[in-house]
Amino acid sequence: MSWLESFRTSWSAVYSHALRSTLTVLGILIGIAAVILTVGLGLGTQKDVSAQISSLGSNLLIVAPGSSTDTAGVRGGFGSSSTLTIADAEALESSVNAPDISGVAAEKTTSLSLEANDTNWTTSVTGTTTSWLDVRARTLSTGEFISADDEETSALVVVLGSETADELFGTQRVVGQSVVISDKTFQVIGVLDSAGSDSSSNLDDVAIVPFSTAASVLVGGTESSAVSTIYLQASSDGQLSAAYQEAQTLLLNLHSIGDSTAADFTISSQDALVSTATAVYATLTILLTGVAALSLLVGGIGVMNIMLVSVSERTREIGLRKALGAPPGAIRRQFLIEAAILGLSGGLLGALLGVTAALVLPGVIGSSIVVSPAAVGLSIGVAIVIGISFGVYPATRAARLAPIDALRSE
Amino acid sequence: MVDPSATRLAPEADVAAPVIELRGAGKTYRSGSIEFEALKGIDLAIYEGEYVAIMGPSGSGKSTIMNVLGCLDTLTRGEYRLGGTDVNDLDEVELAEIRNRQIGFVFQGFNLLSSLPAWRNVELPLIYGGIPRHERKQRAEQALDRVGLGDRFENRPGELSGGQQQRVAVARALVGEPTMILADEPTGNLDSVSTQDVLELFDELHARGRTIVLITHELEVAQRAARIVWVRDGEVIRDELTEAAAA
Ligand SMILES: Nc1ncnc2c1ncn2[C@@H]1O[C@H](COP(=O)(O)OP(=O)(O)OP(=O)(O)O)[C@@H](O)[C@H]1O
Ligand SMILES: [Mg+2]
Repeated sequence: MSWLESFRTSWSAVYSHALRSTLTVLGILIGIAAVILTVGLGLGTQKDVSAQISSLGSNLLIVAPGSSTDTAGVRGGFGSSSTLTIADAEALESSVNAPDISGVAAEKTTSLSLEANDTNWTTSVTGTTTSWLDVRARTLSTGEFISADDEETSALVVVLGSETADELFGTQRVVGQSVVISDKTFQVIGVLDSAGSDSSSNLDDVAIVPFSTAASVLVGGTESSAVSTIYLQASSDGQLSAAYQEAQTLLLNLHSIGDSTAADFTISSQDALVSTATAVYATLTILLTGVAALSLLVGGIGVMNIMLVSVSERTREIGLRKALGAPPGAIRRQFLIEAAILGLSGGLLGALLGVTAALVLPGVIGSSIVVSPAAVGLSIGVAIVIGISFGVYPATRAARLAPIDALRSE
Repeated sequence: MVDPSATRLAPEADVAAPVIELRGAGKTYRSGSIEFEALKGIDLAIYEGEYVAIMGPSGSGKSTIMNVLGCLDTLTRGEYRLGGTDVNDLDEVELAEIRNRQIGFVFQGFNLLSSLPAWRNVELPLIYGGIPRHERKQRAEQALDRVGLGDRFENRPGELSGGQQQRVAVARALVGEPTMILADEPTGNLDSVSTQDVLELFDELHARGRTIVLITHELEVAQRAARIVWVRDGEVIRDELTEAAAA
């Protein structure tokens, strides 16, 4: 009996047991689509988060007041003390002492209420310098950013985050409008492009004012020169650790601290954030892969069930074919081809469904799905192995029976 | 009626060896610890071109003998020689070829594949005989025609009556033009008209030199054969020529 004849026989068996074949194919299909999607979702989330983090600003170092090695209460918690001042920021701008730092943006942030027309909105008001836009890698959607002039004159001007602008003015034109902050009337000169949110804050709900304005008009008193964060931009990716060293040395000097472990500030980098996040999402991917493997297993057990039932149901058929002159090889081949047809069509349809969903779903759920060729290949392989081991193995055993014993089986 | 004087029968005694020969054939079924001796040492020789009926009460071992003759089951004792060869010496592939080329088997329970239409059931032996496709369909339809099912090619077994299914099974046994027809109650489900049709078919095949062994419990059917072998409790109790042999 030729392979072609075997194929015809197998095909007619697949075709004439439409329901059983459909169920088998469905089992494999769903398992594979699930694997492709869950693994894809894990990888996609990982990619999204890395992209989001690096969009916060590249080559960035973040200097915060307080020590990360503090025990509670000794020097005050992270960010709560005012050990960093605008003078520190100005010193870091020096191209002599810190040649590898190309940009410095000090931030002084307080939570204040903004009022426009009859709307009230509380947001974090940040006083900063002109370099902020560059250092934080942000862009404006309309208007302009704080100028050196504004800084010089402590001008009452404000740049709003996209969400803040929305809350205060809705669909109205925003630039040129007035906002009242701490009883002072500010003029809106620009609106930032949306940047989503990072791990700790909503980047779109902010109000940016000149540093001098924040220091004198909004905060005042002894706190006026304190800053809450200084962002440093290294001149290039490779200079990040050099920039780190320079900033550390300079600040220790300025604060007259000899031992770096006693520093009253903390320098962290986006890199650390990225690698932490990547590690977290790698764990997530492993978890999702586990879920996917489980669904493949469940699908596989379903297929196994159908195959085993179908083989025992068809042991009589095997007996009959043998009685009519089928050699054992022909029986094996028939079931091998049958399992391959079911496994392959389930595998390919599952891959098709998974990949299609991976292309369509991101538009609906808003997070990207990365199709991993390894996941696709592996799951199709598993489907075929399942089909073959649970279809062909029992069939081969049945083919070894004396025809009459196979015929008598119930 | 039956000629009781005949003991050993060889209508064509000049032909050297019998095609079918059982020597001290025994079969013991085991299900768990229970053993049942279905055949207790049977000696039987059937020569080429003979037409033999096997008769006996239910459970006497008729089907067991037939399954052994058709190479579907193996003996637990004694030997079975087919065309002079001990079937124990044959491997699976050789046995498959013998079942395919030499034996046309009609099962007591038809054993049709319910998912296939009548002609595809009939075609099965031809597939394993390596007959090309166009020829297979033609021959399957001819065989169905011969058993009076010329208008039922496309019906599945479930859409056929018991008698019609039995005739499909007969057509399947004939289609490969085997040298031996082994039929286990081939007329068990047929009315008298269909029974006559099938028996005429067997007469015709016999006339063309085929060896035919059939099991029946109807004496009327058995008497169409030249020889009747009586079986009881796994033993041959009588082996005789009929009037048909004399004719
Ligand atoms: N697989 C088996 N396991 C155990 N016992 C069996 C098996 N097959 C048949 N037997 C027993 O062997 C004996 C002979 O069975 P067989 O089928 O040959 O009878 P039979 O003469 O064909 O009967 P019937 O006329 O009813 O078809 C019976 O008693 C039966 O119960
Ligand atoms: Mg029987």
